[in-house]
Amino acid sequence: MSRVAEFLLRRKGGKGWHWTDIVTWVWLVGGLFIMFGPAVWLVGSSFKSPAALAEFPPSILPYVTQKATVEGYDKPLDLYDVTLPDGSKATLAEVRRIGIISQMVDPQKPGEIIKVNIAERTPVRQMSFATGNYTEPFTQFDFVRYLWNSVFVTVTATLITLVVNSMAAFALSKYEFRGRTFAMLLILATLMVPLSVIMVPLYSIISALGLFNNLWGVILPTVATPTGVFILRQYMLTIPDELIDAARMDKASEWQIYWRIILPLTAPALAVLAIFSVVWRWNDFLWPLIVLSRKELYTLQVGLSIYSGELNVQWHFILAMTVVTMIPVVLVFIFLQRFITTGIAGTGLK
Amino acid sequence: MGHIKLTNVTKSFGAVDVIHGINLEIANGELVVFVGPSGCGKSTLLRIIAGLEKPTGGELAIDGKVVNDTPAADRGLAMVFQSYALYPHMSVRQNLAFGLENTKMPKAEITERITEAARMLEIEPYLDRRPGQLSGGQRQRVAIGRAIVRRPVAFLLDEPLSNLDAELRGSTRAELAALHARLSATMIYVTHDQVEAMTLADRIVVLRAGRIEQIGTPLELYNSPANRFVAGFIGSPHMNFLEGTVEAVQSGKAIAALPGGQRIEIAVNGANIGKGARITVGVRPQHITVGSDAAGIPASIKLVEALGSETVIHADVSGQKILVVAPGQHNLTPGTELRLSLAAAPLHLFNERGLRLDHAV
Amino acid sequence: MKADVPGKTGLGIGEVALVPVRLAMGLIDAPLRWLQRVAGISGMAAFFLMPNMLIFGIFILLPFFINFAYSMTGSTALFLSDRTFVGSEQYARLFDCRNYLDPNTCAEDTFWTAVANTGWFVIIQVTLMIVVSLVTALILNRELAARSFWRAVFFFPVLLSPVVVGLIWKWILQRQGLLNFSLYGFGFEPYTWLNDRNWAFAATVGVSIWAHMGFYTLILLAGLQAIPKDLYEAAEMDGTRPARAFWRITMPLLAPNLLVVVVLVLIKAVQIFDEVYVLTGGGPGTSTLYLTQYIYETGFAAQLRNPGLAAAASILMGVVLVVLTLLQLGLSRSSEKKGARK
Ligand SMILES: Nc1ncnc2c1ncn2[C@@H]1O[C@H](COP(=O)(O)OP(=O)(O)O)[C@@H](O)[C@H]1O
Ligand SMILES: [Mg+2]
Repeated sequence: MSRVAEFLLRRKGGKGWHWTDIVTWVWLVGGLFIMFGPAVWLVGSSFKSPAALAEFPPSILPYVTQKATVEGYDKPLDLYDVTLPDGSKATLAEVRRIGIISQMVDPQKPGEIIKVNIAERTPVRQMSFATGNYTEPFTQFDFVRYLWNSVFVTVTATLITLVVNSMAAFALSKYEFRGRTFAMLLILATLMVPLSVIMVPLYSIISALGLFNNLWGVILPTVATPTGVFILRQYMLTIPDELIDAARMDKASEWQIYWRIILPLTAPALAVLAIFSVVWRWNDFLWPLIVLSRKELYTLQVGLSIYSGELNVQWHFILAMTVVTMIPVVLVFIFLQRFITTGIAGTGLK
Repeated sequence: MGHIKLTNVTKSFGAVDVIHGINLEIANGELVVFVGPSGCGKSTLLRIIAGLEKPTGGELAIDGKVVNDTPAADRGLAMVFQSYALYPHMSVRQNLAFGLENTKMPKAEITERITEAARMLEIEPYLDRRPGQLSGGQRQRVAIGRAIVRRPVAFLLDEPLSNLDAELRGSTRAELAALHARLSATMIYVTHDQVEAMTLADRIVVLRAGRIEQIGTPLELYNSPANRFVAGFIGSPHMNFLEGTVEAVQSGKAIAALPGGQRIEIAVNGANIGKGARITVGVRPQHITVGSDAAGIPASIKLVEALGSETVIHADVSGQKILVVAPGQHNLTPGTELRLSLAAAPLHLFNERGLRLDHAV
Repeated sequence: MKADVPGKTGLGIGEVALVPVRLAMGLIDAPLRWLQRVAGISGMAAFFLMPNMLIFGIFILLPFFINFAYSMTGSTALFLSDRTFVGSEQYARLFDCRNYLDPNTCAEDTFWTAVANTGWFVIIQVTLMIVVSLVTALILNRELAARSFWRAVFFFPVLLSPVVVGLIWKWILQRQGLLNFSLYGFGFEPYTWLNDRNWAFAATVGVSIWAHMGFYTLILLAGLQAIPKDLYEAAEMDGTRPARAFWRITMPLLAPNLLVVVVLVLIKAVQIFDEVYVLTGGGPGTSTLYLTQYIYETGFAAQLRNPGLAAAASILMGVVLVVLTLLQLGLSRSSEKKGARK
């Protein structure tokens, strides 16, 4: 243990504590709480029952108040540990509460009402995971559909992105033709035209093509990413042209050169683009929100935001579904974090 | 089959003319070497023949058929690249098979050809490795193997040995010569190394700045270089050149005066030289004899390289550098004087424009 | 990145999974060989470029150009052919103000509110974002045990979707949320933060920094790590104090990266929408209504939607973005040149 501490607290040159060391550790530990805390809190909350969610102060772990069915009462009653005026302790069920006085009954002797000051009672609680938060939305709401829609959009868009962008990158890196520079500039210019600038006319084009309320209307505008073309092209430029000459001498067609020589050799860059594309498309929000207005077409992001915007927010479901929505991205984070961070540091793209 | 004919082939990249009107005929089964300093257009010429570059002008014919517009794949040629250009993601076997699969050849025949080539090149143990797991020499063999399995009309090799170390280069060179003898296929071999050219070639094409300087067998080039450039390029160490002026021409002999005032006598076999002409006398370092007789040209020794079997002497003849290769070992010290004799040497005479003046050897 | 040629490729994708793909690709080959014979190699280049250019042309270039047409038409009709030409009327309406400093005096007051909000947001968020990312990058650049772990900590929220980010924080800032719970421990009363105009604004700034700082930290960290260590050693030999080394070595050498990051943050900040839309929905009132949301609501969500007005506003925003992007390209180009000279 002390070895671990020694390792973690190792400082430059092993000299004494400098004020910057203290700032560093405050910043890092504070960062740890601020960055992970909210997500952890969300996950914890997602297992709480609606009643537990409404409590203040909230409990850290998901507890529920135990209930008992008492003869003569329709609904199950909450159980409390009570300190009676004579100092003895008992477990009673609360019938109703008036001001600071709680009217209670002993579940064993339901006839007799006992009045107790609310300061003298504490609920009988038990840890319980409200897994219904996770299972019910799949049956009650369309979350299976939303999940499927999101998966469909993400996978399809990523595949098309990879094919279309790698083809363009191949043309732009390995062929000399008139207008190549122009094509590059045109693609470069796209960087200046984000969705927020063209959403009105894009919407009309999507509608004119009959793609409004259609998942393809969500997919198609996203697949010609300039960043994708750029990373792939940069990478392909490092593949020696002699390989292509060799393949031509080997009677390979241009198409074969593309998919049997260039694509396999571009695999690392394609993997980077694939990961980014998955994260982008999974997280897309504004454009699906515009294109999809029928409930059964919502992606997870749209569904979540619509449900969370309702007047009567069912937080227990929303929280659980938020966790579900987070899962793929968290998996990507856990397994590919290093890959992604080096990718970003190398290319400066997000 | 494998008769290649170039007629007035030119090539320019944009405004830059790289190849200026090449005329060349290569017979079936011949091993022709393109040699020249780097950047002279050897690779470009080879790539034009291969079909990887389109000639800007002129005509290229293979076996009598003009192929200017035939794509590389359909010319029936195979090429070995300087970087080998093996497909890094395929095993050696797949590398060899790729070109054959593209012609829809039956599987059995592909296997047979690969086995045969692998045996010939002794690469059988590596067939299932990737190029990245091979040494430079092994990769080189695979690159040659990839050409062999195709049974091409002609082999095109672009500096295939330049990435090997000196020792391996020597042995592979010999193997290539043996391979050529065995396959008796047309080969065009590009190199900037004149030793490679001399040892391998049936005929050498010397290129400079996109033009052919001379075509001939290795010995023709060595014995009667057509100009100063070829004379200097072929042979190692390169030929010595001494500038001089013709003082007199009498009875088939010319007397040339060197700047230091020494006179040498040169047989002029009907060559058209007049008195007062400025000429260059070329003499190979191996042909100069070191002596002390008073008739020799006085030279001062600058540097002596004793190689054991021979001694290379860097000397100075009245301001002109001269190199002498004397057989055996000599006890010489820099700074001392010696006399060089050209009496036994075949002399090469070039006029002011560097062109050979024909004369009896 | 660089292709490791010759060598093995990075990923060993299961050969088996590729069999159907191989077959399909092989089937396409025959017609494409024919195409190659007819169109030649440059024709094939066009073929490879075509799908991307087509999608790009239809879904990006075309909208970009007809956006101008939209901005000069009126009515609620969607298709351009059904709309009436109104010239610069939409722009005139956007700019119809008695006092430009007071959105309430404008005909299109929500637009100016959104502009003002976005302006404040950009100024405050960009400043804080840069400071926070830079400090984090400097700290991560120290000699630190488990650096990649700490880097991952700050990077974590970057991958989360804006909707998830919005919901997480909405949940934390609500009355029974974690923030009130934490403050409760110090004796504060619970407060509904997102119902307070100023706190809601602060929340949008804070949340967007929380969500994206990891990305910029990463870029700055890469820049810091590219500074040769021997410069600091040389400075130490010269007896330079750390603060001086920071201002005289670190900052000048990091400046190109820093400039690029500033512009990137600016571009993103001007377009802020997703997480704010989920977190506050632009409220309370219009206190966190930003430009993109204004365009979205004017064009799509409002009772009486007005695509022309939305298009005009989006073009105005586009102008700002174009200027910023050109700035970024110029900066990264000049920093590349500097890098090449090194
Ligand atoms: N694709 C090209 N574009 C422009 N210039 C080229 C190209 N390929 C070769 N060159 C130029 O042509 C000349 C001859 O090149 P090359 O044939 O490769 O010479 P080498 O004899 O060394 O093989 C060189 O000056 C080279 O710069
Ligand atoms: Mg060359």
